[in-house]
Amino acid sequence: MSLEFIIAAIVTVVGLTTPILLAGLGELVVEKSGVLNLGVEGMMLVGAISGFGVTVMTFNPWIGVLGAAAGGAAASMLFAVLVLQLNSNQVATGLALTIFGTGLSSLLGLSFTGRIVAPFLSVFPDALAKDPIWRVIFGYSPIVYFALVMVPLTAWFLKSTRAGLILRAVGENDLSAHSIGYSVIKVRYAAIAFGGAMAGIGGCYFSMVITPMWAEKMTAGRGWIALALVVFAGWRTGRLLAGAYFFGILMALELYAKASGFSFLPSQFWAAMPYAMTVVALSFISSRGTAGANAPACLGKPFLPST
Amino acid sequence: MTKISRRNLMKGAGLATLATLASPALAADKVKIGFIFLGPIGDYGWTWAHNKGRMAVESELGDQVETIYVENVAEDASAIPVLRDLAQQGCKLIFTTSYGFMDQTIQVAGEFPDVKFEHCTGYKRADNVSTYNSKFHEGRAVLGTISGIMSKTATLGYLGSYKVPEVVLGVNAFALSAQKQNPKAVVKLVMIDSWFDPPKEAAATETLINLGCDIVTTHTDSPGPLQILEQKGLYGFGQGADMSTFAPNAHLTAIEDIWGPYYISRAKALLDGSWKSTDTWDGFKEGTVVIAPYNKAVTPEAVAAADKVQAGYKDGSFNIFTGPIYDQDGKLRVKEGEVMKDADLAVIDWFVKGVESAS
Repeated sequence: MSLEFIIAAIVTVVGLTTPILLAGLGELVVEKSGVLNLGVEGMMLVGAISGFGVTVMTFNPWIGVLGAAAGGAAASMLFAVLVLQLNSNQVATGLALTIFGTGLSSLLGLSFTGRIVAPFLSVFPDALAKDPIWRVIFGYSPIVYFALVMVPLTAWFLKSTRAGLILRAVGENDLSAHSIGYSVIKVRYAAIAFGGAMAGIGGCYFSMVITPMWAEKMTAGRGWIALALVVFAGWRTGRLLAGAYFFGILMALELYAKASGFSFLPSQFWAAMPYAMTVVALSFISSRGTAGANAPACLGKPFLPST
Repeated sequence: MTKISRRNLMKGAGLATLATLASPALAADKVKIGFIFLGPIGDYGWTWAHNKGRMAVESELGDQVETIYVENVAEDASAIPVLRDLAQQGCKLIFTTSYGFMDQTIQVAGEFPDVKFEHCTGYKRADNVSTYNSKFHEGRAVLGTISGIMSKTATLGYLGSYKVPEVVLGVNAFALSAQKQNPKAVVKLVMIDSWFDPPKEAAATETLINLGCDIVTTHTDSPGPLQILEQKGLYGFGQGADMSTFAPNAHLTAIEDIWGPYYISRAKALLDGSWKSTDTWDGFKEGTVVIAPYNKAVTPEAVAAADKVQAGYKDGSFNIFTGPIYDQDGKLRVKEGEVMKDADLAVIDWFVKGVESAS
């Protein structure tokens, strides 16, 4: 097993991890504000087609990524209006958003089917980006570095800024936050929009980097893995990063095991691993009692002030 | 899976409404023909090819028949209500276009004895259920021939979906043909447990490349793997349709599935009352399997060998499943000079020597 071999495997893992990391980070912030948005898959698909469509029209992948973020955020606003303004059930509305996003992306994508764009690859000089060794650091799409930068930024925002503190307060006890004068609804709108934008960027990683094309349902269920990831991480950013790479490694291991002819475990076992590991992590967290239970106290509950 | 079933039902209902709105008042006199598709019609592969077949029926017999389709139908129990829905909408002939719809087709066919069903790539038939299939493996023999000549590493990648006879036949035909050209050729096989999952197909292709494959052929439906091969400067083939627009340099050729003539003949049989339950398995000879134009990168030697295989299939003088054939464990499965019968090919569940797979 040569170094080049290991590096090629790492590059594959990074490709598998980045979309779920981005979508997971966004969803983590949403859930920290007390809202459960199960529409990640739908927002990723809308982001995938928005990013691809904008890139086709502007020939500029940077604007394409912005388009993907805008598309994902716009889709999430539909959810936000329903759950925040009309207090609809968050679980049902989130599922509806997934179904809606799948359909909308298919519709928007009709005129883009069969077209391709240049993949949004590394901006470093080829000497570094294509070098068999150095590509492990320099050989990725700018979206990968963006995802990695967003992890500490999100952690810092939630932990050390005033806005982050308010967001967490809204998620832990919305009535108290409301009573001391914070607008629960506005904070949640902002969080949901951020979650949508991140899911959108995660989605465009599929349509602009991995396979630069549009195909219906091309995210193939990664949004659900991102949702599982947030729970697996116990709503902590550091653990989310580790969890995303853990899931990514599991997905790559499945492929390497198969391609190398190992048949000690059935493939369905590998495919179920991210979900099985989430259940294990959940059991582990709850077995440690309330101290380990990190779920925001108001998660999934509608905000109904008495006045 | 209730969620997906509901979604598909809604789609089915929506499409039915659209179909009703779109067609003029004459619609009532037209015979309805239904199709259920596994993937989206925009997959540029398997479902796209079936949908082209459906459109061929519309354009040939549009004054007498009306077609309805439901895409993205999962290969589980949720296909049953979709099929019932089509039958209740008055479809007289329903094509179920994937292996995983087999039992659902048989079940619903039992409930609607007056409706004819046609199941693609399966083996269960009834008085009102026909089966039809295409000898994709004949096309795979052409791809294997080209790969055996053009591969420098003699290590070929095969991206499969599930271990069903169609895929096993494809792998075996590909491996045997490559070994005819280069006895040292081995085929690394990865099953991704899906027909359509572009990110996983891409990651699996990267994996196969990393393990030394310089040509990867796909038995899954998206052009994703070809895009990866294009980026790496390696070669692959289109699946189900000509995918050269996605990878102008990497796309050596493609197996195109041409379903139109079969669908038209069955629709005509329905109209004139001659429809009978049959089992159809066509290939190069009947025009169901077609090889797309070769890329200029295909060497003249490879073109000549590939054309020879095609010609052999067309005049019946060639069959890749001619003994001696050994299986993965080195056991002799087909004796020297013997040719495997179609009935045995249809239920094959073992890989030939030189295939490296996980099961």
